[in-house]
Amino acid sequence: MRYALICLSAFAVCGAALAQGADYAPPPMSPIQPAVDPASLSDPAQRRGHEVFGKWCSACHGDAPGMPGTQALEAKYGGQIPALVEERADLTPELVEFYVRNGISVMPHFRKTEISDADLDDLSAYLTRDR
Amino acid sequence: MPMLPPGISQETFDQALARFREAVGGDNVYSSDEDVALYRDAYSPFWGEPEEKLASAAVAPATTEEVQAVARIANELHIPIYPISTGRNLAYGGSAPPYSGSVVLDLKRMNRVLEVDERGAYALVEPGVSYFDLYNHITERGLDVWIDPPDPGWGSVIGNALDGGGGWTAYPFRDHFGAHCGMEVVLANGEVVRTGMGAVPGSKTWQQNRWGCGPWVDGLFRQSNFAIVTKMGFHLMPRPEAFISANVSVQNDQDVIPMMDTLNLLENMHQVNGSTGLGAGFGGGGAWSCTVPIYGPERVIREQMAFAKAKFEEIPGATVNVGELIRTPLTPEQYEQVRLVNFGIPNLSTFAMLTRSPMNPNPAGGHIGFSPLIPRTGEGLLEFRDFYRDNLEEVTQGENLGIVGPVFMTNWERSLVALIMFPIGRDVEMNRKMRAAFTRWVELAAERGWAEYRSPVAFMDEVADTYSFNDHALRRLRETLKDAIDPNGIISAGRYGVWPKHLRQT
Repeated sequence: MRYALICLSAFAVCGAALAQGADYAPPPMSPIQPAVDPASLSDPAQRRGHEVFGKWCSACHGDAPGMPGTQALEAKYGGQIPALVEERADLTPELVEFYVRNGISVMPHFRKTEISDADLDDLSAYLTRDR
Repeated sequence: MPMLPPGISQETFDQALARFREAVGGDNVYSSDEDVALYRDAYSPFWGEPEEKLASAAVAPATTEEVQAVARIANELHIPIYPISTGRNLAYGGSAPPYSGSVVLDLKRMNRVLEVDERGAYALVEPGVSYFDLYNHITERGLDVWIDPPDPGWGSVIGNALDGGGGWTAYPFRDHFGAHCGMEVVLANGEVVRTGMGAVPGSKTWQQNRWGCGPWVDGLFRQSNFAIVTKMGFHLMPRPEAFISANVSVQNDQDVIPMMDTLNLLENMHQVNGSTGLGAGFGGGGAWSCTVPIYGPERVIREQMAFAKAKFEEIPGATVNVGELIRTPLTPEQYEQVRLVNFGIPNLSTFAMLTRSPMNPNPAGGHIGFSPLIPRTGEGLLEFRDFYRDNLEEVTQGENLGIVGPVFMTNWERSLVALIMFPIGRDVEMNRKMRAAFTRWVELAAERGWAEYRSPVAFMDEVADTYSFNDHALRRLRETLKDAIDPNGIISAGRYGVWPKHLRQT
């Protein structure tokens, strides 16, 4: 029943009054891309990791309303640490690898045909970078 | 070491793996415990129990030729294989095989969008192409066509269609198998077959006419285990100029009957082409409601909505609230406000229903879905509503299992699915209760003449059993086909209840 209500509320939003702008932006890529500007990353592994995050992670862990991973981490930590994993300063390569290869809760594990070991190294480099 | 395929010696299996490595490259054969564990079904209702379905290895070809090579080796050595596309069919089995010990044929590396024709409004893709991939391919090129995404955008365009999945834009694109046009499949003996117009050498109409000439075979490859699908064409929707939706409410329980009659009339006339939705009506006497979305040219859909509104207002007490018309493409502000899948934009926001949140502080993690087709009438809705209410206590043994539903889905024209979702996690005892409840719903539904349109791997045999007219004549026909097309029974043994001869129960 909860699902039905969500579907209906979503349609209701569709039908809400929406101002139509004169200028249209081109459709965005999906999933939304990471908030971090890749030009700010000097390390090639971190830049590659930024791409991996954009392809495989940001659909759930992005900075936008309704992101399942971001929502879950917000609920879990209550703001004590950032809900956005890109903003976390406490991640280690071992932790990143554990969750990618084991999953947790709703998040499934990822196969090597999806995120290869080399991709995982780059992803870790990105998520554990010095800020 | 991972398990061996049943009945296969270590020596033969080692030989198979060595030949698979020659065929696809050593880096693309996975046989260690660590790598094979990644093919477990993250939402398995048998997770961690002896009955959990597990792979013995995985092979990841990158081309049709490599798929052919793997099939020939498997056929010669009688190695069971289980093709997956992106492996993200979560809640319906994920990347794990129905027959433990199968080698997963992981087609994720076959990830090319081979063609998108804007003028003809079609695409030709490989199995590893996700809805995200196809959407981004179209977006990067500025093509003015929409895809029809299901809720999870990381799923395979081909895999979703083959498993009977659906989406959220307009008719006729929401029925993903129904919107396909042309296939390429590899048979168990390694032979490549193209269907429809694709069978004509030099054909330029493969994605324009799905029938070709002669017996049409594409349906044999839906929810089946007769071949490995390596290419598929799909019709795409030219971007509609606008979208408009209305919410309809009726006051009394029995008003759902004329409400559904009106909804069906409008959809069957193709005056309403969006994915309609049903709500409320639970508790035995409440009001019912539906949503009525329409896509098309602005002038046309304003008239269609006026027609639909008038039809619904013939029901005494009905209220119809028409939303503001939305033109496409969307503005950046609108992207933040609409349900993206209704506008052809894939995403994963549906998982937010299942993750940890203030309303759901201890989520189970995964889920599985029981989804019977019921009559698309008000009487059908009322019967199922009462059926669910009357049997819930018996099915759950009086315990609150956190089952969600029923959700009445009208994605497919002329069909109505009553979806019930079961939380699945790592608690073995709770999973056991979920399985028992699932099985009981299947049995009770079948007594009413209702059966599922799709099934989690763990329940495929039970669901297949409910299609039992004339002492399971349909199953016998499928088995006859299976034996003819895949005589060694190597492809996806047990998928949707079809087992090869050597594994059939007498």
